[in-house]
Amino acid sequence: MDTLLSSEGDSQRTQYPYVTGTSVIGFKYKDGILMAADMGGSYGSTIRYKSVERLKQVGKHSLIGASGEISDFQEILKYLDELILHDNMWDDGNSLGPKEVHNYLTRVMYNRRNKFDPLWNSLIIGGVKNGHKYLGSVGMIGVHFEDDHVATGFGNHLARPILREEWRADLTFEEGVKLLEKCMRNLLYRDRSAVNKLQIAKITEEGLTVSQPYSLKTFWNFAAFENPTVGATGSW
Amino acid sequence: MFRNQYDTDVTTWSPQGRLFQVEYAMEAVKQGSAAIGLRSNTHAVLACVNKANSELSSHQRKIFKVDDHIGVAIAGLTADGRVLSRYMRSECINYGYTYESPLPVGRLVVQLADKAQVCTQRSWKRPYGVGLLVAGLDESGPHLYYNCPSGNYFEYQAFAIGSRSQAAKTYLERKFENFPGSSRDELIKDALFAIRETLQGEKLTSTVCTVAVVGVGEAFNILDQETVQALINDFEISGEEGPATTGAAEEAAAAAAADQGGAAAEEEAAPMDI
Repeated sequence: MDTLLSSEGDSQRTQYPYVTGTSVIGFKYKDGILMAADMGGSYGSTIRYKSVERLKQVGKHSLIGASGEISDFQEILKYLDELILHDNMWDDGNSLGPKEVHNYLTRVMYNRRNKFDPLWNSLIIGGVKNGHKYLGSVGMIGVHFEDDHVATGFGNHLARPILREEWRADLTFEEGVKLLEKCMRNLLYRDRSAVNKLQIAKITEEGLTVSQPYSLKTFWNFAAFENPTVGATGSW
Repeated sequence: MFRNQYDTDVTTWSPQGRLFQVEYAMEAVKQGSAAIGLRSNTHAVLACVNKANSELSSHQRKIFKVDDHIGVAIAGLTADGRVLSRYMRSECINYGYTYESPLPVGRLVVQLADKAQVCTQRSWKRPYGVGLLVAGLDESGPHLYYNCPSGNYFEYQAFAIGSRSQAAKTYLERKFENFPGSSRDELIKDALFAIRETLQGEKLTSTVCTVAVVGVGEAFNILDQETVQALINDFEISGEEGPATTGAAEEAAAAAAADQGGAAAEEEAAPMDI
């Protein structure tokens, strides 16, 4: 019976994550894809690491953003490194684009899930190839899809409603960054695992840039925050 | 090529640095019935001569669809060709499953060539006795490759393999500079003309040849007999009606008359000049 669920040497199984990254948001804009993620690595409820890069380049055309277990993300980056290496070794005019990377990762994630040994991540892959913009998402159980705007984790609940209202296909870079910051600020207020140090990445036909880390301004001068107990009866 | 003491094994070199078994395998390709391929900037066409063992039997399949964007025409040992086609289909399907994207032709051709090379360096194997004309479409446009039993592969604008392919090659050499800009129909017409060259006087009808096309916006497909016959009639390629004894001159006159009368754009010389 045991062999149905486990094998002799199953010492490597992620049953629960240890060091995790929180939301990633991404959407298409006029010239390509914009993505944002903060640089936090939480150890349970402790915000343990504050310089974790969760947005990474993949080959010439793609960008990956990850939330979930950071060590599994590092493993995925190793797989992708090997994939791109072999792609380059062909030394022909062809190269793997974001669509191919997304589908490759979907196969990896789904196959791990079937072995009851998932890579505990939610991934966003975006990129531009031959003028064609691509943005896709894949999670730890292998669920995958493409869309004009995607998010992971809390981003799905806090950022996507904003994007549903305010996203347009022809956003300029500046408008896109403002929209990303609006979403990230929202997450910062409401997500316990968010940290105020984020990176924004943009990928266009010309190439990819990941910004230097920076912080968002936050506003705590709401009237309700001054003398918060003034109208309260009892200890609540 | 004469028998010699270095030709028993594929793993035996001759003192001149030749592998005779590999060369004999290429001979098998030359003995097969002709196959030709050509490409433009938008399409690639494969055509082949169909031999049947007797009137009672069906024609051998020489053109195989490998994927929506790749097809192959073979000459030589058809059984070897069938097996390699199955390998190619398998590779395409696996790549498509993992990447949701068509396998670039150039990569498939390299894999095929590497597979053929293995058989030239194992004492318990023999080289594949089939030449493959691989026509396919990828991001950089249509491509035509030729894979040899030796494990070599080359990219071509146009090529012909199999018996009497030299006649077709001569025709193609004269016309190939026009091919990049050719339309789909012009390309098919040139393919049919080239096939006719290899028939050496036999009448060209859709029962003796097969034509397949792949291109931008067109998945690889083998044209059905009616379509091919209609094209032959339209282009008036069939040649003379009677027995093939009158030879080149009459053919040239018929072809030239048809060309001037027809809508052909680029027929500056009669095809049957040899």
